[in-house]
Amino acid sequence: MGISTVDIETLMQNGCEWLRGTGPDAEIVVSSRIRLARNLAQFPFLSRADDSTKSDLEKLLHNKLLNLSAGPHLNYFDVRSLSNLDRQFLMERQLISKELVEADGARGVAVDSGQSVSVMVNEEDHLRMQVVRSGFSLDECWRDIDQLDDAIEEDVTYAFSEELGYLTACPTNVGTGIRVSVMLHLPALHMTKEIQKVLGALQKISLAVRGLYGEGSSASGQFFQISNQITLGQSEQQIIEKLQEVVPNIINYERRVREALLKDNRAKLHDQISRATGILQKAQTISSEETMDLLSSVRLGVSLGMIDDLDLLSVNELFIHTQPAHLQKIRGETLDSGERNAARAAYLRSRLAEA
Amino acid sequence: MKKCRRCSKPATLHITEIHDSTVQKIHLCEKCASEYLETPDPSIDDEMEALLEEAGLGEEQDELTCPNCGITYREFRKQGRLGCPHDYVVFRERLTPLLENIHESTHHAGKFPKRAPDASQKQYELIKMRNDLRIAVEKEDYEEAAKLRDHIRQLEEQQAT
Ligand SMILES: [Zn+2]
Ligand SMILES: [Zn+2]
Repeated sequence: MGISTVDIETLMQNGCEWLRGTGPDAEIVVSSRIRLARNLAQFPFLSRADDSTKSDLEKLLHNKLLNLSAGPHLNYFDVRSLSNLDRQFLMERQLISKELVEADGARGVAVDSGQSVSVMVNEEDHLRMQVVRSGFSLDECWRDIDQLDDAIEEDVTYAFSEELGYLTACPTNVGTGIRVSVMLHLPALHMTKEIQKVLGALQKISLAVRGLYGEGSSASGQFFQISNQITLGQSEQQIIEKLQEVVPNIINYERRVREALLKDNRAKLHDQISRATGILQKAQTISSEETMDLLSSVRLGVSLGMIDDLDLLSVNELFIHTQPAHLQKIRGETLDSGERNAARAAYLRSRLAEA
Repeated sequence: MKKCRRCSKPATLHITEIHDSTVQKIHLCEKCASEYLETPDPSIDDEMEALLEEAGLGEEQDELTCPNCGITYREFRKQGRLGCPHDYVVFRERLTPLLENIHESTHHAGKFPKRAPDASQKQYELIKMRNDLRIAVEKEDYEEAAKLRDHIRQLEEQQAT
């Protein structure tokens, strides 16, 4: 048995992979992510699983995940026994989904110490594994998750048919069960409204766009998650290649618009970035939404070299550390929304204090 | 009065979405509508519902049932989630147009598991027994439930080796 020595507090102290601000094109591509959906052949899908079946599944997979023959050592968290705050914290880190938080019955998540790998148990499918990397690094994500998938499969039998591939609870995921996504920060395209053209073009080629926190979340902070929708009839490699073809065009588009803004509207851009920084340095109370918007300008300023006493890692961290659960963990107490706005402003003032 | 498709309160706003050549009417209450307009890309559930409608799979009376997990096609339609892997066989005729609609394909072209998939339907026996067990517990037939529990344990041990 692997002994879990890492608790939520340790995860909190440690930085997480997708915030590192390194890797190819990291000033625009925040992170690359691949997830696979898998189910065990001898169990019903979760919509037809009663509590005792969910427990059996959870025990089996929990045990399996702590004893993999290959891949990173994983720490397991029993989501049922976590506090609401800890669940929300894991969600803000994108280690678990809203669906897992809101599910009932036995469920959990296994996470490696670098917070690059996470495997959810009893979400929509029995297993939802994901690998995330900083920057535009889909090949590395695929290499890691392919190995993890093989390691898990060593002594479980996946629900699979030669015709339809990996069988999933929802037919939208059947086949490869893969979702390949990249999270882009596109402030210049957003500012100039060029983003509408990009979103329209993406829909035509069956790529989905979501906000920072997935389905139904708004594109706050000008973060856009682009991912495949089709999972059947194409190989994993083909699906990855499609993203690798399309995303560089968006990166170049964002870069061209940034250059044009610098050339034609430098003073205005400088003003916007300086004002954003000023508010974040001085505000006494501030909402999450406003923080995201202003930090987006700061992030652009860092990328353009207009702000030189901050790096991408620090700005990326500010986006996450000012989320409600992170803020309460940093403060070590539960806070209502008004108290959070004051605590958020205080935290930002301390982190962005003028040198 | 139409109900809001997200929260089932009375709908006050009726949005017409046009994607390529398909027209879709979406009924929403005021609160959900403002959320919807901020993030117009549909959630998977909305998407599923639209796809099911598009594929002409609207028959509410469809009682086709999976012998293993007990789910009916109507239940699948309602919740958008299947009950067990075998449903892809049982509902095959109905799912094929749906898959074509979603994926423009009905054939897997990706990774294969290292273990050969078990072609005999033996793996599904356990799903059926778990479903029987659930029903026995619901009916408070504890004698039957105990029998089934033993049987499930035996089968699991066999498959583990
Ligand atoms: Zn509503
Ligand atoms: Zn079934």
